[in-house]
Amino acid sequence: MLRLAPWLIATLLVGPILAGLAMAALPAFGYLPALGGDAFSLDPWRALMTQPGLARSVAVSFTSGLAATVVSLTVVLLFLAAASGSRLDRWIRRMVSPLLSIPHAAAAFGLAFLIAPSGLLARLASPGLSGWERPPDLLIVNDPWGLSLMAGLVIKEIPFLLLMSLAALHQLDAERRVAMARSLGYRPTIAWLKVVVPSLYPLIRLPVFAVIAYASSVVDVAMILGPTLPPTLAVSILTWFNDPDLSRRFMASAGALLQLGVTLAALASWWGLECLVRRLGRGWVAGGQRQRGERMLRLAGKALILLAAATALVGITGLALNSLAGVWRFPDGLPQSFTLQHWQRALPALGGPVTTTLSIAVVATLLAAGLVLAALEHEQRSGRQPAQGQLASALTLLYLPLIVPQIAFLFGLVVVIEALGTRPTRWLVIFGHLLFVLPYVFLSLSEAYRRFDPRWSRVALTLGATPNGAFWRVRLPMLLAPLLTAMAVGLAVSIGQYLPTLLLGAGRVTTVTTEAVALASGGSRRLIGVWALAQASLPLLGFIIAVGLPRLLWTNRRGMRGTP
Amino acid sequence: MVISLPRSHHSLTASLAMIALLGSATSLAGAPPGDWQAVVEEARGQSVYWHAWGGDSRTNRYLEWVAERMQAEYDVDVIHVKLGDTSEAVSRVLAEKQAGNDDEGSVDLVWINGENFAAMRANDLLFGPFTEQLPHFALTHPEHNPEVVTDFTLPTDGFESPWGKAQITFYYDSQEIDTPPMSIVELKAWAEANPGRFSYPRIPDFTGSTFLKQALIELSDADQALYAPVEESDFDAISAPLWDYLDALHPHLWRSGRQFPASGPDMLRLVGDAELSLAFTFNPAEPAAAVADAALPPSTRSYVFEGGTLGNVHFVAIPYNSPHKAAAMLLADFLLTPEAQARKQDLAVWGDPTVLDVTRLDDEQAARFEGVEDNPALLAPDALERTLPEPHPSWMEALQDAWQARYVGR
Repeated sequence: MLRLAPWLIATLLVGPILAGLAMAALPAFGYLPALGGDAFSLDPWRALMTQPGLARSVAVSFTSGLAATVVSLTVVLLFLAAASGSRLDRWIRRMVSPLLSIPHAAAAFGLAFLIAPSGLLARLASPGLSGWERPPDLLIVNDPWGLSLMAGLVIKEIPFLLLMSLAALHQLDAERRVAMARSLGYRPTIAWLKVVVPSLYPLIRLPVFAVIAYASSVVDVAMILGPTLPPTLAVSILTWFNDPDLSRRFMASAGALLQLGVTLAALASWWGLECLVRRLGRGWVAGGQRQRGERMLRLAGKALILLAAATALVGITGLALNSLAGVWRFPDGLPQSFTLQHWQRALPALGGPVTTTLSIAVVATLLAAGLVLAALEHEQRSGRQPAQGQLASALTLLYLPLIVPQIAFLFGLVVVIEALGTRPTRWLVIFGHLLFVLPYVFLSLSEAYRRFDPRWSRVALTLGATPNGAFWRVRLPMLLAPLLTAMAVGLAVSIGQYLPTLLLGAGRVTTVTTEAVALASGGSRRLIGVWALAQASLPLLGFIIAVGLPRLLWTNRRGMRGTP
Repeated sequence: MVISLPRSHHSLTASLAMIALLGSATSLAGAPPGDWQAVVEEARGQSVYWHAWGGDSRTNRYLEWVAERMQAEYDVDVIHVKLGDTSEAVSRVLAEKQAGNDDEGSVDLVWINGENFAAMRANDLLFGPFTEQLPHFALTHPEHNPEVVTDFTLPTDGFESPWGKAQITFYYDSQEIDTPPMSIVELKAWAEANPGRFSYPRIPDFTGSTFLKQALIELSDADQALYAPVEESDFDAISAPLWDYLDALHPHLWRSGRQFPASGPDMLRLVGDAELSLAFTFNPAEPAAAVADAALPPSTRSYVFEGGTLGNVHFVAIPYNSPHKAAAMLLADFLLTPEAQARKQDLAVWGDPTVLDVTRLDDEQAARFEGVEDNPALLAPDALERTLPEPHPSWMEALQDAWQARYVGR
């Protein structure tokens, strides 16, 4: 049974993606008999090319994908280099999980309200500091260059890359490397950058690719923060797909392939960038400079991550204020009055979507956790331990859903499902979520599982336990804390899913995320505050359980409570 | 059965389609049309997936109330599927038809009018005619109120049931503006004098598209042409004054016309944030309701242009492949009851004007609609008499395409 787990995972993930891509590719070349496309042609591509502003959409998708990744990775590496062992380091490490759990849409809403010309910052600075009696007419949110979109992506991708880096760092024995470099006279930050980063980067390369793919094809964040005339490519594709003129679906399919191309181009450019940095970096490392830039790098490393974390947290606080605000006119820094009215009105409507969201997230996460545990246990028993980042493993396919843009294969998947005559159900949505929950649960759990001291199991076996007994009675209880954390990550991923829920649920399965994004175009900011806060608090619940449960269960076993 | 109406030249095909569909209606309801009790019986226990624009929280709350009442009264489960744009529902039904799903569709009722209704009719995607079967449809008195059976110049032919009315209504902060612009031409002069304080929703949003039509009606001398399909006239020549106007207007708009609000409710938020000073909505009661919700300042005032503004009726329709037609009809009828219509018109709930002919209701029922609040933010009662009819739906699409080709990606 266990032997099948890795293959089951690979099939579950690869099958739908390949089917989806194929069904996006056929209509892109005019073939989709259900809609009257019986012959191959290039018409969809011609129609696509005549779309106003297409070049701009593509350019924004491409650059936001690359730029958001460059910035987030830089911030993460500088922080790790500058703050190792400091109090800030411990605080940020504790904040990683909550920050990661804020859904993208909620973080985007928070940022939008923070930086808008009539937003929280402008209100706090007006009229005293800025002299603004009314909001200035500045194009900040939804700017045509995608800068606010990139900022929104950066504050969400930093916690992800940080979590991945922290997991990988365990393999590297960074402290001893730095100690060695310091004994040669290197200042701490320079030392870290010169001796740890070159070994760390290969280990986090796949997560970085996932960030590029995500940032270049995201839909919900782009709808909230991205440019509008035209929107990013992914958002345009969604509009074309929903057009009552069904012939536009051919064009949308061509657009989906174009999106795949844009993402691949961004990945290829990243690869080029890697080569460049390697060449330049080699000179820098070998140059022997021990001190130059230390102060600046140290300051930047601490300041940038603080800025990102503070932005996310203040943004969420702004949403909370909005959800409780009565009258709140422009230059006022705080609402004139507070009211529970918005929550009271929204509560009856919140119930259904919250239940749906949780049931989908729990089922998808349990399925994912079961499969991941089976695959990891199989790996342990068969004694094969592929090093993280090594491309040869079958489980590397786990990254496929994270690297193929959602919008590129989900439409094809919907076509497949429509052709099969399957009606949209909650199970279909759960299956769609599983595609994305599984990789994240695996990424979060595998490190702890592989580092688990094998001697514990060996002792159990020596004492007469069966391999299954050793798993259930020794390994699982001892790994409860990391398992729960991985499941909390899975819950957060599922709760934040927008496009799979929307497309596979055909609009009938409403979660807090689809509701919150639906409000983006028209809802009052107070209502958006309520929904985004509800959306952000659900994953937090998961993390609280993940931290609290082991402490509760193992009150008399301090070593098993896990590290906060 | 067939309502006497100004018929289009498509009437023959329409009648054929009606006969075909009527057959399916009869077999589905399991009783001769007109036997309403049978419909009520069949509806019991069914679920209605009602696809309706979900961008306005007051509307959504009204729909929640409707769902509660339908559950309590008829044991019918109403599920509001919130759409970003009604075209999503049209696209879904069309895709189902293409895939051969003719009786297990996922849409049971759709909130619709204008070009979406035209598109669904053109593709034979609607069930009907059914409105004559609805006991409360008679209260709209179509013989005296042709607008309840006419949708953007097209006869509804009983394929959609009227639900509410909308009219472009402007609003502004009276503490800031003394004399608001009273026409499209005055609006440009006003925007020039007050740069960055006005805008309109990004096309293809329906409120934004309606602004284009309003401007086109005022700027062109082609009224006749606008009420016939666009193919029959020279679009470029007729729309030229509109583009000249917009080219001149945009530099004086909010964000210098480089960005537009997402929708009508989004404009309201921007007025509340003091980013805009003048805006408009399709719901005449929305500004007054927003004042009550503290989303707009109490000094807000509403008005319509001197020459009138565009108005229309919005409807609900049943897709041909809905598996729950009985429950959908029951819901469409419930929406026409004086109880539901009065609640919908109530400013504290939604404020959407009724489609019932209140002057012809009996006293007890008419009393439900009385008590128009003396609210300074509310439109003067006689203002809605200056209603301009909607142009042919094909104009909307032509204007949307031309606008996007002109202003997107520049």
